[in-house]
Parts: sequence; structure tokens; C-alpha cells
Amino acid sequence: MTTTTTTPLQKFTVPVLLLAALAALCFGAQSGMMNLYVQSVIMFMGINIILSSSLNIVNGYMGEFACGHAGFMAVGAYVSSILSVWLFADDAVFGTAVLSPSLAVWLFPVVILAGGVAAAFAGLLVAVPSFKTRGDYLAIITIAANYIVKSTIENVGAIGGARGFMGMGRVTKAMDASLPLPWMMIWVFAGTVMTVWLINRFVSSTQGKGIIAICQDEIAAEIMSVNTNKMKIVAFMLSSGLAGVAGGLFAHVLGYVNPGSFTIMKSTECMVMVYLGGMGSLGGSVLSAVLFTLLLEALRPLQIIKWVVIPLMLVLLMQFRPEGIMGNRELPQLFPKLKKFYKFK
Amino acid sequence: MIESLFQNILNALQWGSFYSLIALGYCLVYGVLLLINFAHGDIFMVGAYISFFVVTFLLGNFGLIPGLPHWAVLALAVPLVMILTAGVGVTLERIAYRPLRRKGAHRLYVVITALMCGLILENGNLALLGASRRNFPALVDETVITVGGVNMTVLKLAVIVVAVLSFLFLRKVVVKTKIGMAMRAISYDKFAVPLMGIPVDTVIVFTFVLGSGFAGLAGLLFAMTYPVLDPYMGAMIGWKAFIAAVVGGIGSIRGAFAGGFLLGFVEIMVVAFFPSTFRDLIAFTILLLILWRKPTGLFGVARRTKI
Repeated sequence: MTTTTTTPLQKFTVPVLLLAALAALCFGAQSGMMNLYVQSVIMFMGINIILSSSLNIVNGYMGEFACGHAGFMAVGAYVSSILSVWLFADDAVFGTAVLSPSLAVWLFPVVILAGGVAAAFAGLLVAVPSFKTRGDYLAIITIAANYIVKSTIENVGAIGGARGFMGMGRVTKAMDASLPLPWMMIWVFAGTVMTVWLINRFVSSTQGKGIIAICQDEIAAEIMSVNTNKMKIVAFMLSSGLAGVAGGLFAHVLGYVNPGSFTIMKSTECMVMVYLGGMGSLGGSVLSAVLFTLLLEALRPLQIIKWVVIPLMLVLLMQFRPEGIMGNRELPQLFPKLKKFYKFK
Repeated sequence: MIESLFQNILNALQWGSFYSLIALGYCLVYGVLLLINFAHGDIFMVGAYISFFVVTFLLGNFGLIPGLPHWAVLALAVPLVMILTAGVGVTLERIAYRPLRRKGAHRLYVVITALMCGLILENGNLALLGASRRNFPALVDETVITVGGVNMTVLKLAVIVVAVLSFLFLRKVVVKTKIGMAMRAISYDKFAVPLMGIPVDTVIVFTFVLGSGFAGLAGLLFAMTYPVLDPYMGAMIGWKAFIAAVVGGIGSIRGAFAGGFLLGFVEIMVVAFFPSTFRDLIAFTILLLILWRKPTGLFGVARRTKI
């Protein structure tokens, strides 16, 4: 912490690398070097990174045990899908497109963010009871919230109920038609980078320190003038809002959503990624999301045995390295020499 | 009208009995270890499968004594299933939870391990036995008795009676016996207890024997009542029973019992008056409201935290 000046190398490494990665992905997708399967695996990787790093705010930094992340993902997925189909596509239920489909390219991020905002408000469902409850009782509230969201969607006939909702494929086609670029890849990439950047900023801010203080000791934090209720609302809303963004992207990548994708099982996957990477380590969350997605794909030939092997690996991980891959450290803390080359803010 | 009400109450009592039996197991383990044993629902599922194999084996021509009468099969099956399922629970404790406890790992890691063990049981079962559903052979006479317009079967009444008896038995064990006292002591202060010469591991194993044994019993009764088995049957009912245990006030035997029946009542009554797809929605909303008003559950006592 002696050098406060930023060298140009430190300043530009991350943006240049990210731009290069984006360009490489676009080129790969456009020229056909990556087939659709590889593309979709990369996109799911991005979505998983958003999911795991956003759940890390609550489960890692705040030290709660929330296991209903998929519920908020569902809210985001449905709200943004309905909005985008209503605005940009002709649909049997919602009638003709409200706006010209050529606007889809420009307004798509707004639609995704709207899904995120809706999910953030759904997060209040958990945030408000969390004022008084902690630990195992809060775990229940989150599970119940997940069930409530899923069950509500199943009971609304207008958006397809248990059959699911589709039509997002037409929106992505409209985007491709107006400008031939792999748009979903770009938006997933942008969403992922934005999420990681936002969480990194948030955690190192005053508010983020308040959340880490709650993790250490809630009562002590309150005595030290941390407004714990406000912090909890902020943390839960941010976490669920970003889950909603992930859900919106997920829905548009697949082109179809149904409530069956947002069960406790999906929430468990998110939790697995957080604990695999390490609680309270953003780098760990990113790394574990990438590894977990690759692992799921690599084990695909095993079919059902996959779901025996993955839990078994986690049980072994808990036995031998319970703090996860990174513990609660970040990359520069593990490799101090890296600090010379980059700065991520 | 009044008849259908009584009929629904009876159904709710039966449905709540299953939740109660499973919730009791959650509660015992939680009471002692402060560990949410997420694998418990799957131990219940394993119990149902074990009872399937035990009963089929005893009924078949290659069993111990071919042509055993049904009542004798049932009488043999109950202890066998309970012992075998208890074995599964103890094995989990021995190979997955105990090493973590020895290392003094954070409670959360044990919970994750439990969750993963549940997944292993579920999917391992699916991989081993295949996805085809199994039909449980009928053991008990299915005659419907009608008393004042309310239909009941012997099995339905038996389920309720067994649940109440199990509750009374477990309560007696926890409150009156020496080992029950040790269990309560561990939950009160797990650092002081070994200093008093209480064998902590034995007590914990005993807790798992009790909890898993009664999950096995619930599995047997469930398989007899709804004679179709599939590997994911335990997941949903397990999560719900856990919620029931928490609403009752986790760690309190009375609370788990009451919470199980409460959830059963709410679910059956919702189905009686609303479309059945609303069951989860309304049931969970009610439970959420209860937890909001009473954060420690119906019978739970808030633990005071000191800094």
C-alpha cells in the first residue's frame, strides 16, 4: 500500500484484455470458428459468473445462508422476457410489437435492467424478514421465497403457467437482422463485466465494509453505528437484482423459459459455485463459475452419474479444503507480484 | 358440509403425520448438533426403498419362510426397515459429518456437505435402480370404513397413531432418559460437555439412529399409503418438512410435531378450497407470515447472543 500512483500499464491492462477477449469472442462466433455449442457454453459461463458473484454478496460477504437465488433469477427472466416480447416481437398473447423491432438492439440492455430492478424488489421479500431473523430461519425464508416465486409463475396462465414462456428467439433474431453481430454474446459479456466491476466497487466501498462488518458480528456492527437494516436491504436487493439480470440473459440465450428451470436445484448450483470459489472472494466466484460450467459440460457423457460425481467432489472438497479454492482472498493477495501489472477498479 | 370438513381434517392429520415424522428427525439432529441435516429427506426416500426391498423379499418365495402371512411380514419389516435406515444415517454421520466436526469446520460447510450427501443419495439411487417407478406390494387390508359419512382406512388411522406414538416416545427419550439429558446438554454447550465425561460421539450417533430410524418408519408408512416410489420423492417432502420444523421452532420436539401437522393442515385445506396448483403458494406464504411475526417459530425460544 505504499505506491498510490497508477502506472499506465496497471491502468490499461484490464480494459485492453477485456476488449481483446470480447473481440476474439465476436470474431470466433461470427466467422464460425466456434460452433453454437461452444458459444452457448461460453454464454452460460458468463451467466454463472453473474449468479455466483451476486450470491457471494449475501452468502459470502454478509455471511448469511440464502438458498433461494433461483427465485430472483426467475423474476428477472420472466419480467425481461415479457417486456422484450411485448416491445419487440409479434406474439399471440401480447399482440403486435409496440416498438419497431429494429430498436431492439439499443433497448435490449434497458429491458434486461428492468428485469433486474423487478428482481431487486422481489428481494425485499427476503430482506424485510431478515431484520429480525438470522441463520437457519433466514435460510427457510429464502427457500420459501423461491417456492412462492415459482408457484406464482406456475399459476399465471397469461405467461404460459407451467408450460413456460417463449418468443424471445424472435427478439434475438430481430437484433441480428438489424446489425449482424453475435448480440447475445456481447450482452452476456457486458453483463458479466458490469456485474463483477459493480460488486468489486461495492464491496470496497463504505457500504460494502458495513456488510462485511455484519458478517463478523451483527450486534457489534450495530454498536459501531452500521445501519444493519439498511445494509441488509442494500445487500439483498443488489444480490437479487443481479440475479435478475442473469435470469434475463439466461432467458434470452435459451429463447424459452419455464418455471421448472428455477427450482431449489438451481439455487443449490449457485450455492455450490459460491462455496467452491470461496466465501467472500470475488475472484474465487468467477473462477469457480468458469470451472463449474466446464465441469458440467465435461461430465455430460456420464449422464445421471454426473450428479453423483459432482456432489461427491464437493464433499471431498469440504473435507480437505473447506474454505474453497481461494478462501476469502482475492487474486492479488494470492500472487502479490500481479499487482505490478494490473489494477481492477 | 360438516362431513367433508371432518374428512378433510382426517386427511390433513394423515398428511401432517408424514411431515411430523420427518420433521422430528430434522429437529433431533438440529437440537443436538445445530446442523440442518439436508440429507434427511433423502434418508426418508432411502427408507421407502429399503422397505420396498425388505417387504418384497419377505413376501417372495425365496424369503426366510416362504408364504409368510402379511401381518407377520409387516411386523418383521418395521424393525428391519428402521434398523437398516438408521444404518444409512449413521454411515453418513460417520463418513461425512464427523471428520468435519473433528476438524472444527464452520457449521456452514457441514450444511453444504449434508446437502451434497442428499444429492448423492438421490442420484445414486437413480443411477443404480433406474428411473422406473416401483410399485409397493399391498400389505394391509384396504377396506374403507365409513363412520358418520367420513371414510377411513385402517392404514390412515395407523399412520396417525404411529406419528403420535413416535412423538410421545421421542419426547420421553429426550426429556426423561439419561441419554436424552446428554443430548440436551450437548446442544446447550458442546465445549463443556466432553469435560463432564459425556461421550459426545456416542450421543450424536444415537441421535442419528433415532432420527433416521423414524425417517425409515415414515418411509415405510408413506410407501404403504402411496405405493409408488421414485428417487426424488424425498427431496420435496424433505424440504417441506424442514420448513415445518422451523415454523414449529427448530430444536423443540413439540414444535416439530406441531409444525408438521400445521403444514399438513394448511396444504389439505388449501387444496379443499382453492385449485390444487395454489397449494405451495398459499402454504408457503402463510408460513412466511408466521415466521415474520414470530421469528423463532411457534415453540422456539430465542437464544441470547453475547458479544
